[in-house]
Amino acid sequence: MIEEGKPIFVQIAEQIENDIIDGVYPTETQVPSTNEFAAFYRINPATAGKGVNLLVDDGILYKKRGIGMFVADGARERLITKRRDAFRDEYLRPLLAEAAKLGIDPQQLTEMISTEGVSA
Amino acid sequence: MSTTLTPTSIAPTVQVEGLTKRFGSFTAIDDVTFSVKPNKIYGLLGRNGAGKTTIMQLLTGQDFATDGDIRVFGEGPVENARVLQNICFIKESQRYPDDFQAKHVFRSAPWFFENWDAEFAERLIRDFRLPLNRRIKKLSRGQLSAVGVIVGLASRAPLTFFDEPYLGLDAVARQIFYDRLLEDYAEHPRTVILSTHLIDEVSNLLEHVIVIDQGRILMDEDAEAMRGAATTVVGQRRAVDAFVDGHEVLHREGIGGLASVTVAALSPSQRAEAAAAGLELSPVSLQQLIVRKTNVAATEFEQSA
Repeated sequence: MIEEGKPIFVQIAEQIENDIIDGVYPTETQVPSTNEFAAFYRINPATAGKGVNLLVDDGILYKKRGIGMFVADGARERLITKRRDAFRDEYLRPLLAEAAKLGIDPQQLTEMISTEGVSA
Repeated sequence: MSTTLTPTSIAPTVQVEGLTKRFGSFTAIDDVTFSVKPNKIYGLLGRNGAGKTTIMQLLTGQDFATDGDIRVFGEGPVENARVLQNICFIKESQRYPDDFQAKHVFRSAPWFFENWDAEFAERLIRDFRLPLNRRIKKLSRGQLSAVGVIVGLASRAPLTFFDEPYLGLDAVARQIFYDRLLEDYAEHPRTVILSTHLIDEVSNLLEHVIVIDQGRILMDEDAEAMRGAATTVVGQRRAVDAFVDGHEVLHREGIGGLASVTVAALSPSQRAEAAAAGLELSPVSLQQLIVRKTNVAATEFEQSA
């Protein structure tokens, strides 16, 4: 679950983001505590806390004093917008680069995407 | 009446300045300066003979420094009961009285550790399947290590040292140790200093890492900062050489037309540049990073040879 070469707290933040996007944690529900994340991923609680705080800074989670962390209103929509912006850099550009390398022209690529989209 | 020293959140638990320890003409610890902040899990890492155990012995008042200053909870540790009663030091090879059974160790532990949790100790004894009524001398190496690990965890000392605590412990028992340490640390935060060779196994548990080599501090950094602090670039030799030009090279190896070069952290744009050049990037684990860093002399030798 935890991969090398990427700060763990960033990975924790991304996991929580994924769960918010997938609807595992709907708006205004409580997310697991820092210690629960630490025990599950077998990581230092301070590291887990750093990941959670990253999302607090982004306004995705907010703190209810003495209770825990909750998903903020509109968090899912904002995450999807952010991920769509990143989609071009992280997926589209490498895809086009590899396609160009293999001599797949945009026309063929479009066809492949349509076929995959039907079978997927 | 015992006094518990509760440091403020800012004051370091350990403050070491210019610490030097010589054994005859051999300098085991060479003018090191570092501090340990409260309630963090530290990794004290390095090769055999690097000076890890010597540092722990000096911090726990079991040996005298040749030079320099050591403050533990703000005071010198040597023969200082106020400091020592807040410390638990689990050594690689702890000795016990000859006729002791494991249960005698756990029965006497509360005399030394005021935070001793007997229930937690019992749970750990079950987890490790430790026979209580067997003479310590008759325990296997792994069982002997389990005794130390249980004492180290259940004592909940404000400053706990584990020096290679798991000689002979199997993979299952080591995982129990890591899991219980994390759980209990989360409930009862305290300062833990763990020395180990099994860096990959513990790297995710650590908040801060101090790497010692030949009695000197090689790295003293946040564990998270060290993750992703290096990347290995693999590809055609010419493309790799062109790319790493101007980067800090930590390690280099190659075969035929292929080269694999480890460099300091890359920015996202540099990563994109590498990908565009058809180079493969692979992450460097904490263990690999330390191997690279503590093996510089050998690498230079290879390069100059």
